[in-house]
Amino acid sequence: MSETALQRSLPLGSTGHKAGGWFGVMTLIVTEASLFLYLLFSYYYFALWGKGDFVPSPLPKFGLSLPDTAILLFSSATVWWGERAARKSSRRQMALGLLATIVLGAVFVGIQLVEWSQKPFHFNQSTYSALYFTVTGFHLAHVVAGLIILAALLVWDWLGYFDKDRHVSLAIGATYWHFVDVVWLAVFFTIYVTPYLGVR
Amino acid sequence: MSTAEHDIQPRTVSLADDPGLPERLRRAWETAPGLVGWISSVDHKSIGRRYIVTAFAFLLLGGLEALIIRLQLAHADQHFVTPEQYDQLFSMHGITMIFLYALPVLSGFSNFLFPLVLGARDMAFPRLNAFSYWVYLASGLFMYASFLAGAAPDDGWFNYAPNALRPYSPGPNMDFYALGMIFLGVSTTVGAANFVVTVLRMRAPGMTFARMPILVWGTFSASAGILLAVPAVSLAFFLLWLDRSFGTHFFSGTEGGQPLLWQHLFWIFAHPWVYIIVLPAMGLVSDALPILCRRPIVGYGLVAGATVATMMIGFGVWAHHMFATGLPAIASAYFSAASFIIAVPSAVATFAWIATIWSGRPRINTAFLYFVGFIVMFVIGGVSGVVTAAAPADLQLTDTYFVVAHVHYVLIGINLFGVLGGLYFWFPKMTGRLLGERLGHWNFWITFVGFNAAFMPMHLTGLMGMPRRVYTYPADPGLDLVNLISTLGSDLLGVGILLLVVNVWLSLKKPKTAPDNPWDAPTLEWAVASPPPPYNFAVIPTVASRHPLWEAHMSNRSGVSVLDRGFALDDGKEALATTVLEARPDLVLKMPNDSPWPFLLTLVMSVFFTALLVQAWWVGAVSVAGLLVCTLVWLWPQRRLAQTAEPPHV
Repeated sequence: MSETALQRSLPLGSTGHKAGGWFGVMTLIVTEASLFLYLLFSYYYFALWGKGDFVPSPLPKFGLSLPDTAILLFSSATVWWGERAARKSSRRQMALGLLATIVLGAVFVGIQLVEWSQKPFHFNQSTYSALYFTVTGFHLAHVVAGLIILAALLVWDWLGYFDKDRHVSLAIGATYWHFVDVVWLAVFFTIYVTPYLGVR
Repeated sequence: MSTAEHDIQPRTVSLADDPGLPERLRRAWETAPGLVGWISSVDHKSIGRRYIVTAFAFLLLGGLEALIIRLQLAHADQHFVTPEQYDQLFSMHGITMIFLYALPVLSGFSNFLFPLVLGARDMAFPRLNAFSYWVYLASGLFMYASFLAGAAPDDGWFNYAPNALRPYSPGPNMDFYALGMIFLGVSTTVGAANFVVTVLRMRAPGMTFARMPILVWGTFSASAGILLAVPAVSLAFFLLWLDRSFGTHFFSGTEGGQPLLWQHLFWIFAHPWVYIIVLPAMGLVSDALPILCRRPIVGYGLVAGATVATMMIGFGVWAHHMFATGLPAIASAYFSAASFIIAVPSAVATFAWIATIWSGRPRINTAFLYFVGFIVMFVIGGVSGVVTAAAPADLQLTDTYFVVAHVHYVLIGINLFGVLGGLYFWFPKMTGRLLGERLGHWNFWITFVGFNAAFMPMHLTGLMGMPRRVYTYPADPGLDLVNLISTLGSDLLGVGILLLVVNVWLSLKKPKTAPDNPWDAPTLEWAVASPPPPYNFAVIPTVASRHPLWEAHMSNRSGVSVLDRGFALDDGKEALATTVLEARPDLVLKMPNDSPWPFLLTLVMSVFFTALLVQAWWVGAVSVAGLLVCTLVWLWPQRRLAQTAEPPHV
């Protein structure tokens, strides 16, 4: 590498997607995605290798789960909107985006808890029930973790920590939130859709 | 992305022009003295040494367990230990060696060496690095605390269900193991993430992928493997813990449980794990052996490619541990074939090493002897592996001492011998002192002869039909002699390891007189003092070839590396991040100071896992809140780290 390559000026500190933390959250997503892959692998293993039907009837319903899915997907849009605001240093839009995402996420958690309470089975009634609560519980825990992260980001935004250059933690938190949403699609497809496709 | 507002023009200096630079850097990077400084240190070199010392302590404990096992098996019908004690000993022996020694010792080498060979000032995440060490130590102590409770894990390191479930294993033994493994998984995962990001971001300018030492390829591949594989075992142990604590039936043989799912989840993790704990060691050998042969490694590209290929294929062979469980024939055929194929990249590396020795001018010292022993045992362990890869042969050999022989040739051969050679090789860099060569030769030969005397006969013991994990055997089938030889061999192996301890102890009493580059080696770690200063490199080097220190006398040199002139980065703790593919300067990083939070977070985590163990749920809940607080404090954006909107320069 020539001497001239060293003469360029360089950004100092955490900047955009160049920060170490951005790479760090990517590794976190890879390993967490693997965790859910193994969870769903376990689900399909039980469904395909068990004797008789694994999924008890009535099959999982869409009444709550479908709107819940829509709410979570919409929250991905709001967090994206809030993160975009950081690039133009609009702290108000940032805060609004984060707040909307937190509210939507909290509604998702609430609806999930209602759905849990309406299930005709309890945790260790059968392998299916235990796995249902484990898979959705793992996801719910990730949503709650995401909510705590978003709350911290909101506080940091309120303290004036972010501007158009320094908002790496916002980018990291938003990316994690998108990941949690994408995982829900896989969980939703597995638990709610595949029984109707014959995997039960 | 960024505007000129936060951009700086880093100062480029020659060492000769700025004699005060090293002292300024030392003040910025040095760890404070005293206990708080020791607990708070994020220096990768200290962390690396701690990893190695702790891993060797566990190696000695695991070795002690093995010696008791061999004493019990020295003769037929012995009752030196009870069956229950025997179960705990062989289980903890496996757990210790595979999880608490084999990877952590390599993490130690990689932690110490990564920034040095990459031309960086530290790892990408220094505090996370300290955290991964503390969690490793805490989880190891957590599992060993089971001995104090008189209830060490007793169902073998692979812990098959349903035997490991509450009805058949009512004590807390397996809870220690299940929770301890989830705990340890945290350390392994964050450590791997750190290695991956360090490779992607922290290489010196000009160090493209094709210029990285093989040990970087080894640990990079293994770390990627860890990120993908460890969740499988953490999940398996979590489900097992639910079965044991909350009456679920994931792995039970009744009520809809699937005992085989345990084996799938476990081996989806544990077979890649075998490669995870040998690839970095193969990397150490691939870098050090050529230096002792005074030439570059033969087939650098092939060896680097073989490393990556081995890790990838390593994910497709897990069910070869399960041939005897009645898998469908088509599955057995696939996994058998994949297990044959994985021998190919291993052979590529082996032939590269042999060709390197063949065409080089070897310097026969202790490290070299260990590396040659490594190759010999890798071949033996590899061949017995190919034998067991054949499903029909495996049906005969599974759960016999043949498999015990195989796994020890692989793990001691490719891990321990590589590590011991690496220790003799890098000891001067780590401590400033060379290990004694005379004692080293004795250490090698006694270890080598002892190891082979202990484990070579086990192939025969297995073919004669002796099952593993049974605490004694009857006198009739004539198993006495082979077992006695194995026991005497293992005692000899123990003496060999003891000589290593003596050698290390004697060396540490001597003054620090090791030269910076005792082996005339070509890579960047040898360009700095032995031991290196806290900041590693006073100026950031620029790399133009794979052998920066050999460029003067290599005929086909590709460029000229610059080691005495570069970025000073001396405004506090600063380091350079480079672009992923081309390794061009990309960003000036503000590096975190020493911090007690990794240690404190580990303490709270220890409380959390202990609470789960004794089922004190409210203590668990409180400690979760504690975890949140610690994490938040740790991650709170800091102005000093240029994470907040105010510019760091006022």
